[in-house]
Amino acid sequence: MSTTVHVDLTVNGERREADVEARLLLVHWLRDELGLTGTHVGCDTTNCGACTVHMNGEAVKSCTLLTAQADAAEITTIEGLSAGDGLHPLQTAFMDKHGLQCGFCTPGMIMAAADLLARNPNPSDEEIRHGLEGNLCRCTGYHNIVEAVKAAVGEVVSA
Amino acid sequence: MITAPFDYEAPESVEEAVRMLHENGEDAKLLAGGHSLLPLMKVRLAAPTVLVDLRKIPGLHGIQQDNGGWRIGPMTRHAELENATELGVVARAASEIADQQVRNRGTIGGSLAHGDPASDLPTVLLALEGSVRARGPNGERTIAAAELFRDYLTTALAHDEVITDVRLPALEGYGFGYQKFTRRAEDWAMVGVCALVSRAPDGTCDDVRVGLTHMGATPLRATAAEDALRGSGLDDAAIAGAAEHAADGTDPPGDLNATPDYKRHLARVLTRRALDEAVSV
Amino acid sequence: MTTSVGTSMRRKEDPRMITGRARYTEDINLPGMLHAVVVRSPEAHAAITSIDTSAARERDGVIAVLTGEDMASDFAGPLPMVWAPPGVEIKTPEHWPLKRGQVKHVGDPVAVVVATTRHAAVDAAEDVIVDYEPRPAVVDPEAALEAGSPLVWEEFGTNKIHEWAIGGGDVDAGMAEAEVTVEHRFVNHRTSGAPIEPRCSIAEQRGDKLTLYSTTQIPHIARFVFSGMLGIPEDQLRVIAPDVGGGFGAKLQTYAEEALVLALAKRLGRPVKWVETRTEHMTTSHHGRDQVNYVTLGAKRDGTLTALKVRIIADLGAYQHLLTPFIPELGFPVMGGCYRIPNIDLHFTGVFTNKMATDAVRGAGRPEATYWIELTMDRLADDLGMDRLELRRKNFIPKEEFPFETALGIVYDSGDYHGSLDRLLEHFDLDEFRAEQARLRGEGVLRGVGFSTYVEVCGLAPSRAVGPQGVGLQAAFWESANVRVTPTGSAIVYTGTSPHGQGLDTSFAQIAGDILGIDPQNVDVHHGDTDQGTWGWDTYGSRSLAVGGEAIVRAAQRVQDKAKRICAALLEAAPEDIELSGGKYQVRGSPDRSMTMAEISGAAHIPPNELPADIEPGLEESAFYDPENFVFPFGAHACVVEVDAETGKVQVVRYLAVDDCGPAINPMLIDGQIHGGIVHAIGQALYEQVVYDEGGQLVTGTFVDYALPTAAEVPPFETDRTETPSPVNTLGVKGIGEAGTIAATPAVAAAVLDALRPLGVTELDMPMTPMRVWQAIQAAGNGGRPSAAPRDTEQSRSLDEQGKGSAGSGPAVPPEGGAA
Repeated sequence: MSTTVHVDLTVNGERREADVEARLLLVHWLRDELGLTGTHVGCDTTNCGACTVHMNGEAVKSCTLLTAQADAAEITTIEGLSAGDGLHPLQTAFMDKHGLQCGFCTPGMIMAAADLLARNPNPSDEEIRHGLEGNLCRCTGYHNIVEAVKAAVGEVVSA
Repeated sequence: MITAPFDYEAPESVEEAVRMLHENGEDAKLLAGGHSLLPLMKVRLAAPTVLVDLRKIPGLHGIQQDNGGWRIGPMTRHAELENATELGVVARAASEIADQQVRNRGTIGGSLAHGDPASDLPTVLLALEGSVRARGPNGERTIAAAELFRDYLTTALAHDEVITDVRLPALEGYGFGYQKFTRRAEDWAMVGVCALVSRAPDGTCDDVRVGLTHMGATPLRATAAEDALRGSGLDDAAIAGAAEHAADGTDPPGDLNATPDYKRHLARVLTRRALDEAVSV
Repeated sequence: MTTSVGTSMRRKEDPRMITGRARYTEDINLPGMLHAVVVRSPEAHAAITSIDTSAARERDGVIAVLTGEDMASDFAGPLPMVWAPPGVEIKTPEHWPLKRGQVKHVGDPVAVVVATTRHAAVDAAEDVIVDYEPRPAVVDPEAALEAGSPLVWEEFGTNKIHEWAIGGGDVDAGMAEAEVTVEHRFVNHRTSGAPIEPRCSIAEQRGDKLTLYSTTQIPHIARFVFSGMLGIPEDQLRVIAPDVGGGFGAKLQTYAEEALVLALAKRLGRPVKWVETRTEHMTTSHHGRDQVNYVTLGAKRDGTLTALKVRIIADLGAYQHLLTPFIPELGFPVMGGCYRIPNIDLHFTGVFTNKMATDAVRGAGRPEATYWIELTMDRLADDLGMDRLELRRKNFIPKEEFPFETALGIVYDSGDYHGSLDRLLEHFDLDEFRAEQARLRGEGVLRGVGFSTYVEVCGLAPSRAVGPQGVGLQAAFWESANVRVTPTGSAIVYTGTSPHGQGLDTSFAQIAGDILGIDPQNVDVHHGDTDQGTWGWDTYGSRSLAVGGEAIVRAAQRVQDKAKRICAALLEAAPEDIELSGGKYQVRGSPDRSMTMAEISGAAHIPPNELPADIEPGLEESAFYDPENFVFPFGAHACVVEVDAETGKVQVVRYLAVDDCGPAINPMLIDGQIHGGIVHAIGQALYEQVVYDEGGQLVTGTFVDYALPTAAEVPPFETDRTETPSPVNTLGVKGIGEAGTIAATPAVAAAVLDALRPLGVTELDMPMTPMRVWQAIQAAGNGGRPSAAPRDTEQSRSLDEQGKGSAGSGPAVPPEGGAA
């Protein structure tokens, strides 16, 4: 029995090994140990989605996940969403459609939107809105976020 | 929001998990997806000293047909249930749980073992008259849904028992509906209703099951409504009449968003809608 | 180069934000940094009988555990409240970062734990044992004014904080002249700003220099306040607001935790970081609204308004924060709405309760006012048997009469209220809607439409009106800018405003770029650092563009003038003959004789001998701007809702907004501000409420219970604009950051009431939750009396599980003892 756990996982394509405190949340490990500060904490109660990252290709809330639970997993954060130097189509679309203001919810929103488009490459407006119901934004009123996701439809498939 | 410290173990077999739970007593908790437990631990409403994570144990995951029914591994996530439309009402209810991220992590076993009356899957298990298989230090046993949910966040599972299977009857020929009422899409059910209806050859109601979410300390069956409909026609009037009995005998907890009266009212409305959905499927 | 102003230029902020490379306060970690966690009162009102910190201090990693007593000498003064209206007493208890003796609301800070890791600090905070002797708490502002109420502050002998009044004309005469009067009691319930970024503050001392990194809208004011609190000269304190993840007023504050980390960094000699949990945000980041409004509006039978009388009871909570008692009054300039009302009488009463303080939340005083003005106009129209929009049109101030001086002596700068309503109705066919509404009613579907024709006041400034000799804020509200062109022709703009999502890096670059003849992509806007650039008064009250933007115009214009002089000297022309065209400075009539800004700036920085000695080197100018008046954005909004009569659930199905904030600098940014503002207001009208129970316990401590709308709850928005320039500034612009929130609440509420009208529902408090709507339907179906299901919302007098807030709305007369 130990309060420390050894983890061996992939973060943004890079293998990472660490001994972490068992209670260390994935979001805190990503932010404080790996310096991946694009993943944010907004609520503590699994409501706001600002901490959304991908685990084995699916969106998860990294504030409700122990780092230990991510052992052996592939984690992708906003910093690793775009494979190359360029932007992921969703990132471009958020900029083009003014899908962000203060930017704090944005990384989580983009990561959730990427999961949404992976599940449903051609969603209706309503499906987009429901697909993003786990992410709160206080600035945009969601209108331009929905527009951004629509704009990225098709682009993501070809990306 | 940081949990109290704890020891963490990730055993590779159910036997090992049971042993760890047994040896550490009541302060040890099982961790599946963590989406019921970790939020409580973060606000320190729960502070287990040992977490036993099931993630490395093989065989606890997946959906299989089995003996005319379904066998679902407890580590099967809501997102997988949601996509398994062959599961009928299970998929229907799973699709309404919280949000995509939560469905990507939360598991059926975790939800059933947590026994939150505001959760959707316990109600579905109760209405389906399913069961769980659980293994403890003294071997394995089957617990019927009707026996599983004992009180608020309290189940018949001993602290050192692990759910190894969720068993659901296929209920061929049943129409189903799940109506969940929330303020916001991502919220817990204010009230939810699971309805299952089968028709006799003459079109009357052969069997009906109505499960209620968040209408008491545990998921409930609306037996008065079921009794009213069973054997009767399935026209609008009969359904509406039966639905009027949906809250009979319930004593739902009031909260910020709903008084007991309002919840009873919602139960009646949602039961009618869930039955309508079930007979139209 | 074409002009950038007026185009929807993509935001310069975005590349870092969409890639996770923005820098929010919590992203900053400094070497040797310690972590602070605040121990807070679980009691609403209690005497602290003992604090035992011994167990906490013994924990691994704990550096210090300090109480209010321990830190008594760390502060030269308490947290300030800055409103001192001439001749008015405002009861202001001393407000220290850590409390000694008594706690006055849940969350009141009593001790602070500092440890080497946040985990260790959180663990140790659990071990601080505080004994409390509970005292009676009061949470209802009207009950708090009644004789025999528990007192929040015994020493004042009353819970009444202050009274303030303003009026114009003769309201008694106006009411006597009225042939119809409507009286109504409205409740503007308590809400939270709830930016998605929680607060965070980090302080570091190096030598004699303290630096505070903080999630603040007001770095300059924060330096002013905290240097005073710490008893250090301003030059020894630097305040930096990095990227700020939304404010909505909640970060327009000087908070106890900021003072604490500063004092701790000073005391311990190591950087100290504090991060707010969401529950702390709900508990101890200031709240907004929480008013009861008694409104009487008089009119002639033909609809001509004659008089308005309003009594406002404002629940200000337990302490006076920076602007707490002023926020209800902040709306007063527009409390007559878009309407010509010759006689107005406004009276405000502030009340202590055992709750967190209220202060500015998006709109701050104006959404409350718009809510009761617009719904009162609806009620008046109904009483008169007049069309609701016709009544508005009849009383709108006509566009020819601007600038228009209201009965309150406020001069509305410009407006075209008929024009914005007309434009709205071009997009929304009301007759068609009414036909569809009737058809749907036949099918059992309840649809309703609500309108809001609003005017708001923003562009805070002017200092003469708002400052010490005006309404009495102990500050000024001018804004400043410094515009610098680098030797190679890029520009740096320093602004005294401090944005947190508004996109000022972009809109300010557009403004400066056009004037300088520099591509806005090469204009870098700096803000939020007291040690860089000019002094300013920060960002709130939709002031950044109308005040800060104009300061940039003036500074950039001065740079342009100097550039022309340099260009003229080098091209051997007269300065007045140099014109800026297509990004080049050229001799009028001789486009071949021209220089780019890069060439001019090169000459300014490495002056050639041809440059006359009386032209100083360098290319940099500053300007300070204090407007002569506020600006008054306006518009017309329409909301369509559908109500599920069985469950009471309301769905907004369509929303249209026509807004006028003068000429657009960047239309895309305006739409964004409107969208967000509308959802904030939809939240207030339908979803969000800060609820305390009767004992003063906070019921809505997380986002589980404090229900911000998600994307699934709101519709897409249809927006349009009219452009009526303000004469106040050269850009002609008005603010837009709060307009959506100010406008939309009554539109949503009126839509719900319209949908429910066939059921006889005429009363409904916000937030119009499913249960509350259902209860109203039940009550109406029972002759308007409470049905078997009691109306036990938290705003009614009888309640059970709900927790207690202000009592419910309905026809009523102001209580003489309390408000009058």
